[in-house]
Amino acid sequence: MNRIPLAIIAMSVILAACNAPPTVAIESAVSQPQPTLLGTAAVVTTTSTVSTSEVPTGFPITVSADNGDVSIELRPQRVVSLSATATEILFAVGAGDQVIAVDSYSNFPENAPFTDLSAFTPNVEAIAGLDPDLVVISFDPDGLAETLNGLGIPVILQGTAPTLAHAYAQIEVLGAATGHLGEAALVVADMQATIASIVEDVAASDVALTYFHELGSELYSVTSASFIGEIYGLFGLENIADSEDPDGWGYPQLTLEHILDSDPDLIFLADTKCCGQTAATVSERPGWGAIKAVTSGGVIEMDDDIASRWGPRIVDYVRVVAEAITAVKTVDA
Amino acid sequence: MEPTVRTPLLKKGWLLAALLAVVFAGLVGLMVGPVSLGTTAALKELANLLPWIDVASELSEIHAGILLDVRLPRLVLGLLVGATLALSGGSYQGVFRNPLASPWLLGVAAGAGLGATIAIVSGGGQMREALPLAAFVGALLGVSLTYLMGYSSSGRTSLTLVLSGIAVSSFLTAGQTFLQMQHSELLRDVFSWILGGLTTASWREVRLILPYVVVSVVTMLLYARRLDVMSVGDDEAESLGINVARTRLVVIVAASLGTAAVVAVSGLIGFVGIIVPHAVRLTVGASYRVILPLSLLFGGAFLVLTDVLAKTIVSPAELPLGVITAFIGAPFFGLILHRSKAVAS
Repeated sequence: MNRIPLAIIAMSVILAACNAPPTVAIESAVSQPQPTLLGTAAVVTTTSTVSTSEVPTGFPITVSADNGDVSIELRPQRVVSLSATATEILFAVGAGDQVIAVDSYSNFPENAPFTDLSAFTPNVEAIAGLDPDLVVISFDPDGLAETLNGLGIPVILQGTAPTLAHAYAQIEVLGAATGHLGEAALVVADMQATIASIVEDVAASDVALTYFHELGSELYSVTSASFIGEIYGLFGLENIADSEDPDGWGYPQLTLEHILDSDPDLIFLADTKCCGQTAATVSERPGWGAIKAVTSGGVIEMDDDIASRWGPRIVDYVRVVAEAITAVKTVDA
Repeated sequence: MEPTVRTPLLKKGWLLAALLAVVFAGLVGLMVGPVSLGTTAALKELANLLPWIDVASELSEIHAGILLDVRLPRLVLGLLVGATLALSGGSYQGVFRNPLASPWLLGVAAGAGLGATIAIVSGGGQMREALPLAAFVGALLGVSLTYLMGYSSSGRTSLTLVLSGIAVSSFLTAGQTFLQMQHSELLRDVFSWILGGLTTASWREVRLILPYVVVSVVTMLLYARRLDVMSVGDDEAESLGINVARTRLVVIVAASLGTAAVVAVSGLIGFVGIIVPHAVRLTVGASYRVILPLSLLFGGAFLVLTDVLAKTIVSPAELPLGVITAFIGAPFFGLILHRSKAVAS
């Protein structure tokens, strides 16, 4: 549900520092007494000495986030997540039992401590009242981070990841911030390997398939320059929204006429949960019945949540895209 | 000024001009769009719709779809919305004898806004489908509340009704704003509805509002003569045999019904209901038997042409229609106002 507002705001707060893709360097980290664990994108430094465990998880630690360097004194035990993506990441890296509350949009995994806390119109007192020792947000309305900092609560702001590399970096940062860097690195490595193998299994085709990714009934879409567009790009898919975004914003609104005229092979519906769209409703829309995606079964119903988050479940997204491509190719063949 | 009830009636020349404006707007609306279809091919495709004409189609199936399933319903909806808003605005101005009266006056817009917002924040596909219905019900509720409040007040003049409209509108808008802020992640959806537009127009919307629009439009046109009589004052109209209270009620109900129906599918497209009737009044004449039919036709043509601008000037994106109607309408209206100064004084 929270796709565009998040994306808009996050695009503007992504730090300029986050340019180079991060690298996972566990081995080198272990051998150094005071190591810089990650690449330039996600600078994680620790002032403690290396423990005997595989990777240093010592505190205090400083991690880099969209709101600058964040210092965390002790291993957080009362984490509040106001970001659905961060919630998924925290549980994936094994920090789930340190999380005491998640916001109203977090709905995965099932054992997360769901609350009514709002990430969009946050109530500072309600958040502070939980006595958190770390708050993770993806959106910083009305200076929320600063206010919480003023109360002595460290805040990590992780806006919408503009690229897969940034998504990996965010996972590692949250891992480091909660004392689970090793697990976070494993999660990332596993994601990278799985995505690579899924992409490899879908044989390259001679003619690039075209696609339209639908964010909502107003026909907002994503371009190849967006995070989700990068995933489609892995498969060599061609985005019909690219020509319609002269400003390079990444989330243009398309006209109905352009979509029909482009006659895409694939339509990915990221508005199934929010707006009840299905392959059937698309085929009934006026003028849509004749386009290739509709006639050849190329309308794919995505899970809105997975399509709008940049956490570990990206892998599931990649898998659905792969299946869709294979299915359409089978029809064509 | 003597109470001339026998004001000059609609001249054929103006009626013809208005009809030509509608035809012109219609052709522009069908030919202009982000995708170029080719004028001849598109015209042939359109000719095929007429009975006893059968020419070979030169458009691909998709392009024919763009013309007949996207542009044509959008054109028809634009005509209906513009015509109804302009006509309702003219009628409201007549009933209240107030040049600032707009179709939004009695809480229609605020009620529709609240209804639409409830539908949007309730989430789920079914509620989205029900958005026009929710907006329609909200609009009618808004007007009914206003009328009940104005009716129960001791004064019971058209002024108390207008004041009730202000109170009800503020109240409903507060409710709408509250809901909207509770769900600020849906701000874009709410705003794009409020600013108005025909982006997702289809035959479904046309079918949905047509019955209400027809009833409303016919009623208002039939009451044009009575509005002329009422323009001389309530007491004078009563003495001339007009049941003022009943006329007022019927016209308000008809105008509100039509407005509620069109805002339900188009959102709150502002300004059409004020500028079109006034432009007609200032250029053609002050009789409601002139203003109402011409507002109907010019209103439709005006909205279709602004919609063409909405979908072309920032192409490939689209502008909200309400922004353009005000942006273009206001200076245009100023010009008419300026030129008519000599006539008015």
